Amino acid sequence: MLTDTVTFYIFAALVLGGGILTITRRNAVHSAISLIVSLLGVAGLYLLQQAEFLFAVQIVLYVGGIMVLFLFVIMLVNLDMAARERQFNRQWLVALIAAAAVGAEISYFLYHGENFSVVAPAVLPPAAAPGNTEILADVLFSQYLLPFEIASLLLLVAVVGSVVMAKKRI
Amino acid sequence: MHPITTVHYLALSAALLLIGTVGVLTRRNIVIILMSIELILNAVNLNLIAFSRAVGNVNGQIFAIFVITDAVAEAAVGLGILIALFRNKETVLADEIDILKW
Repeated sequence: MLTDTVTFYIFAALVLGGGILTITRRNAVHSAISLIVSLLGVAGLYLLQQAEFLFAVQIVLYVGGIMVLFLFVIMLVNLDMAARERQFNRQWLVALIAAAAVGAEISYFLYHGENFSVVAPAVLPPAAAPGNTEILADVLFSQYLLPFEIASLLLLVAVVGSVVMAKKRI
Repeated sequence: MHPITTVHYLALSAALLLIGTVGVLTRRNIVIILMSIELILNAVNLNLIAFSRAVGNVNGQIFAIFVITDAVAEAAVGLGILIALFRNKETVLADEIDILKW
Protein backbone atom coordinates (compact mmCIF):
# COMPACT_ATOMS: atom_id res chain seq x y z
CA MET A 1 0.00 0.00 0.00
CA LEU A 2 2.81 2.34 0.90
CA THR A 3 4.62 1.53 -2.33
CA ASP A 4 1.45 2.41 -4.23
CA THR A 5 1.21 5.77 -2.51
CA VAL A 6 4.85 6.67 -3.08
CA THR A 7 4.71 5.58 -6.73
CA PHE A 8 1.57 7.60 -7.29
CA TYR A 9 3.18 10.75 -5.95
CA ILE A 10 6.33 10.22 -8.02
CA PHE A 11 4.31 9.80 -11.22
CA ALA A 12 2.03 12.70 -10.31
CA ALA A 13 5.08 14.93 -9.84
CA LEU A 14 6.38 13.82 -13.26
CA VAL A 15 3.01 14.55 -14.90
CA LEU A 16 2.50 17.98 -13.36
CA GLY A 17 6.14 19.07 -13.61
CA GLY A 18 6.32 18.01 -17.25
CA GLY A 19 3.02 19.75 -18.00
CA ILE A 20 4.07 23.03 -16.41
CA LEU A 21 7.42 22.96 -18.21
CA THR A 22 5.60 22.21 -21.49
CA ILE A 23 3.55 25.38 -21.38
CA THR A 24 6.29 27.67 -20.08
CA ARG A 25 9.38 26.86 -22.15
CA ARG A 26 10.46 29.28 -24.86
CA ASN A 27 12.07 26.66 -27.09
CA ALA A 28 9.52 24.32 -28.69
CA VAL A 29 11.94 21.36 -28.58
CA HIS A 30 12.27 21.74 -24.81
CA SER A 31 8.48 21.84 -24.60
CA ALA A 32 8.26 18.61 -26.59
CA ILE A 33 10.78 16.87 -24.31
CA SER A 34 8.86 18.00 -21.21
CA LEU A 35 5.65 16.75 -22.79
CA ILE A 36 7.30 13.34 -23.28
CA VAL A 37 8.14 13.26 -19.55
CA SER A 38 4.55 14.12 -18.72
CA LEU A 39 3.15 11.45 -21.05
CA LEU A 40 5.47 8.82 -19.56
CA GLY A 41 4.17 9.79 -16.10
CA VAL A 42 0.61 9.29 -17.33
CA ALA A 43 1.64 5.88 -18.69
CA GLY A 44 2.99 4.95 -15.25
CA LEU A 45 -0.31 5.95 -13.68
CA TYR A 46 -2.13 3.66 -16.15
CA LEU A 47 0.09 0.81 -15.02
CA LEU A 48 -0.64 1.66 -11.40
CA GLN A 49 -4.34 1.26 -12.15
CA GLN A 50 -3.94 -2.11 -13.83
CA ALA A 51 -4.61 -0.82 -17.36
CA GLU A 52 -1.64 -2.61 -18.89
CA PHE A 53 -2.80 -2.43 -22.49
CA LEU A 54 -3.27 1.33 -22.33
CA PHE A 55 0.15 1.65 -20.72
CA ALA A 56 1.69 0.03 -23.79
CA VAL A 57 -0.49 2.04 -26.17
CA GLN A 58 0.43 5.26 -24.40
CA ILE A 59 4.15 4.64 -24.79
CA VAL A 60 4.08 3.25 -28.33
CA LEU A 61 1.54 5.67 -29.75
CA TYR A 62 2.05 8.90 -27.86
CA VAL A 63 5.74 8.88 -27.09
CA GLY A 64 6.74 6.88 -30.15
CA GLY A 65 4.24 8.26 -32.65
CA ILE A 66 2.72 11.62 -31.88
CA MET A 67 5.80 13.13 -30.26
CA VAL A 68 8.00 12.09 -33.18
CA LEU A 69 5.46 13.76 -35.46
CA PHE A 70 5.68 16.92 -33.34
CA LEU A 71 9.47 16.89 -33.46
CA PHE A 72 9.39 16.46 -37.25
CA VAL A 73 7.10 19.45 -37.63
CA ILE A 74 9.27 21.52 -35.28
CA MET A 75 12.16 20.64 -37.58
CA LEU A 76 10.22 21.50 -40.78
CA VAL A 77 8.83 24.79 -39.53
CA ASN A 78 11.26 27.56 -38.72
CA LEU A 79 10.66 28.41 -35.06
CA ASP A 80 13.67 30.67 -34.46
CA MET A 81 11.68 33.80 -35.19
CA ALA A 82 8.89 32.74 -32.83
CA ALA A 83 11.34 31.92 -30.03
CA ARG A 84 12.66 35.48 -30.03
CA GLU A 85 9.23 37.07 -29.68
CA ARG A 86 6.81 37.46 -26.79
CA GLN A 87 5.70 33.99 -25.69
CA PHE A 88 2.35 34.80 -24.07
CA ASN A 89 -0.47 36.72 -25.67
CA ARG A 90 -2.15 39.79 -24.30
CA GLN A 91 -5.14 38.09 -22.67
CA TRP A 92 -3.02 35.89 -20.38
CA LEU A 93 -4.37 37.51 -17.21
CA VAL A 94 -8.00 36.87 -18.22
CA ALA A 95 -7.05 33.30 -19.16
CA LEU A 96 -5.43 32.70 -15.76
CA ILE A 97 -8.47 34.10 -13.94
CA ALA A 98 -10.84 31.91 -15.98
CA ALA A 99 -8.71 28.82 -15.36
CA ALA A 100 -8.58 29.61 -11.62
CA ALA A 101 -12.38 29.91 -11.58
CA VAL A 102 -12.76 26.51 -13.26
CA GLY A 103 -10.20 25.04 -10.84
CA ALA A 104 -12.07 26.42 -7.83
CA GLU A 105 -15.28 24.93 -9.16
CA ILE A 106 -13.76 21.49 -9.73
CA SER A 107 -12.08 21.41 -6.32
CA TYR A 108 -15.35 22.46 -4.65
CA PHE A 109 -17.07 19.48 -6.20
CA LEU A 110 -14.19 17.15 -5.38
CA TYR A 111 -14.34 18.15 -1.70
CA HIS A 112 -18.10 18.14 -1.33
CA GLY A 113 -19.03 15.40 -3.77
CA GLU A 114 -20.49 12.18 -2.47
CA ASN A 115 -19.16 8.74 -2.16
CA PHE A 116 -16.10 8.79 -4.37
CA SER A 117 -13.69 9.23 -1.48
CA VAL A 118 -13.73 5.48 -1.09
CA VAL A 119 -10.54 3.54 -1.59
CA ALA A 120 -10.38 2.25 -5.14
CA PRO A 121 -10.81 -1.52 -5.12
CA ALA A 122 -7.42 -3.14 -5.21
CA VAL A 123 -8.62 -6.59 -6.16
CA LEU A 124 -6.00 -8.77 -7.75
CA PRO A 125 -7.52 -11.00 -10.42
CA PRO A 126 -7.08 -14.74 -9.86
CA ALA A 127 -4.23 -16.32 -11.74
CA ALA A 128 -6.49 -18.09 -14.23
CA ALA A 129 -8.44 -14.95 -15.14
CA PRO A 130 -7.84 -13.47 -18.61
CA GLY A 131 -5.46 -10.52 -18.77
CA ASN A 132 -6.35 -6.91 -19.31
CA THR A 133 -5.64 -7.01 -23.05
CA GLU A 134 -7.82 -10.07 -23.53
CA ILE A 135 -10.77 -8.53 -21.69
CA LEU A 136 -10.39 -5.29 -23.65
CA ALA A 137 -10.31 -7.13 -26.97
CA ASP A 138 -13.39 -9.11 -26.00
CA VAL A 139 -15.41 -6.00 -25.21
CA LEU A 140 -13.99 -3.91 -28.06
CA PHE A 141 -14.75 -6.43 -30.79
CA SER A 142 -18.22 -7.39 -29.61
CA GLN A 143 -19.92 -4.54 -27.81
CA TYR A 144 -18.01 -1.67 -29.43
CA LEU A 145 -17.54 -3.04 -32.94
CA LEU A 146 -19.40 -0.24 -34.75
CA PRO A 147 -17.56 2.58 -32.91
CA PHE A 148 -14.33 0.75 -33.69
CA GLU A 149 -15.11 0.75 -37.42
CA ILE A 150 -16.11 4.41 -37.29
CA ALA A 151 -12.78 5.16 -35.59
CA SER A 152 -10.95 3.50 -38.47
CA LEU A 153 -12.92 5.71 -40.89
CA LEU A 154 -11.90 8.74 -38.81
CA LEU A 155 -8.26 7.76 -39.11
CA LEU A 156 -8.62 7.37 -42.89
CA VAL A 157 -10.14 10.84 -43.13
CA ALA A 158 -7.33 12.22 -40.96
CA VAL A 159 -4.66 10.63 -43.15
CA VAL A 160 -6.19 11.99 -46.36
CA GLY A 161 -6.78 15.36 -44.75
CA SER A 162 -3.26 15.80 -43.46
CA VAL A 163 -1.77 14.81 -46.82
CA VAL A 164 -4.02 17.30 -48.62
CA MET A 165 -3.07 20.03 -46.12
CA ALA A 166 0.66 19.46 -46.14
CA LYS A 167 1.15 18.84 -49.86
CA LYS A 168 2.20 21.78 -51.95
CA ARG A 169 0.21 20.92 -55.07
CA ILE A 170 -2.37 18.19 -55.30
CA MET B 1 0.01 8.38 4.81
CA HIS B 2 -3.40 8.07 3.23
CA PRO B 3 -3.97 5.36 0.65
CA ILE B 4 -4.53 6.57 -2.89
CA THR B 5 -8.20 6.87 -3.76
CA THR B 6 -10.12 7.70 -6.90
CA VAL B 7 -10.31 11.31 -5.71
CA HIS B 8 -6.52 11.60 -5.85
CA TYR B 9 -6.62 10.64 -9.52
CA LEU B 10 -9.49 13.03 -10.20
CA ALA B 11 -7.60 15.90 -8.57
CA LEU B 12 -4.46 15.13 -10.56
CA SER B 13 -6.51 14.93 -13.75
CA ALA B 14 -8.19 18.26 -12.98
CA ALA B 15 -4.78 19.88 -12.40
CA LEU B 16 -3.48 18.52 -15.70
CA LEU B 17 -6.61 19.76 -17.47
CA LEU B 18 -6.09 23.25 -16.04
CA ILE B 19 -2.42 23.29 -17.08
CA GLY B 20 -3.47 22.35 -20.61
CA THR B 21 -6.22 24.97 -20.67
CA VAL B 22 -3.85 27.71 -19.54
CA GLY B 23 -1.42 26.60 -22.24
CA VAL B 24 -4.06 26.79 -24.96
CA LEU B 25 -5.33 30.17 -23.80
CA THR B 26 -2.05 31.97 -23.16
CA ARG B 27 0.64 30.71 -25.56
CA ARG B 28 1.21 32.30 -28.95
CA ASN B 29 3.17 29.46 -30.57
CA ILE B 30 0.77 27.12 -32.40
CA VAL B 31 3.01 24.05 -31.89
CA ILE B 32 2.80 24.52 -28.13
CA ILE B 33 -0.95 25.09 -28.31
CA LEU B 34 -1.27 21.69 -30.02
CA MET B 35 0.90 20.14 -27.29
CA SER B 36 -1.39 21.66 -24.65
CA ILE B 37 -4.35 20.01 -26.36
CA GLU B 38 -2.53 16.69 -25.95
CA LEU B 39 -2.19 17.47 -22.23
CA ILE B 40 -5.95 18.07 -22.00
CA LEU B 41 -6.75 14.79 -23.75
CA ASN B 42 -4.41 12.95 -21.38
CA ALA B 43 -6.21 14.46 -18.41
CA VAL B 44 -9.47 13.12 -19.83
CA ASN B 45 -7.93 9.67 -20.24
CA LEU B 46 -6.65 9.68 -16.66
CA ASN B 47 -10.16 10.48 -15.50
CA LEU B 48 -11.68 7.69 -17.60
CA ILE B 49 -9.20 5.11 -16.31
CA ALA B 50 -9.73 6.16 -12.68
CA PHE B 51 -13.50 5.78 -13.01
CA SER B 52 -13.08 2.54 -14.94
CA ARG B 53 -11.20 1.09 -12.00
CA ALA B 54 -13.57 2.53 -9.40
CA VAL B 55 -16.63 1.13 -11.16
CA GLY B 56 -14.90 -2.16 -11.88
CA ASN B 57 -15.38 -2.70 -15.62
CA VAL B 58 -13.33 -1.92 -18.71
CA ASN B 59 -15.73 0.39 -20.58
CA GLY B 60 -13.74 3.40 -19.44
CA GLN B 61 -10.57 1.92 -20.91
CA ILE B 62 -12.35 1.36 -24.25
CA PHE B 63 -13.35 5.01 -24.27
CA ALA B 64 -9.76 5.95 -23.48
CA ILE B 65 -8.70 4.03 -26.60
CA PHE B 66 -11.16 6.05 -28.68
CA VAL B 67 -9.90 9.28 -27.11
CA ILE B 68 -6.35 8.30 -28.07
CA THR B 69 -7.55 7.65 -31.64
CA ASP B 70 -9.04 11.13 -31.69
CA ALA B 71 -5.83 12.60 -30.34
CA VAL B 72 -3.85 10.99 -33.15
CA ALA B 73 -6.24 12.26 -35.83
CA GLU B 74 -6.24 15.73 -34.28
CA ALA B 75 -2.44 15.90 -34.11
CA ALA B 76 -2.04 14.74 -37.72
CA VAL B 77 -4.56 17.20 -39.16
CA GLY B 78 -3.44 20.03 -36.87
CA LEU B 79 0.20 19.69 -37.82
CA GLY B 80 -0.78 19.45 -41.51
CA ILE B 81 -2.70 22.71 -41.17
CA LEU B 82 0.31 24.23 -39.41
CA ILE B 83 2.61 23.33 -42.29
CA ALA B 84 0.17 24.75 -44.84
CA LEU B 85 -0.16 27.89 -42.75
CA PHE B 86 3.57 28.34 -42.41
CA ARG B 87 3.96 27.99 -46.16
CA ASN B 88 1.46 30.77 -46.80
CA LYS B 89 2.00 33.20 -43.92
CA GLU B 90 5.57 32.51 -42.69
CA THR B 91 4.48 32.67 -39.06
CA VAL B 92 3.55 30.23 -36.29
CA LEU B 93 2.16 32.81 -33.86
CA ALA B 94 -1.54 32.36 -33.32
CA ASP B 95 -2.40 36.03 -32.87
CA GLU B 96 -0.73 37.08 -36.11
CA ILE B 97 -3.16 34.97 -38.10
CA ASP B 98 -6.09 37.35 -38.15
CA ILE B 99 -7.25 37.50 -41.78
CA LEU B 100 -10.82 36.80 -40.71
CA LYS B 101 -10.80 39.73 -38.27
CA TRP B 102 -11.36 43.34 -39.28
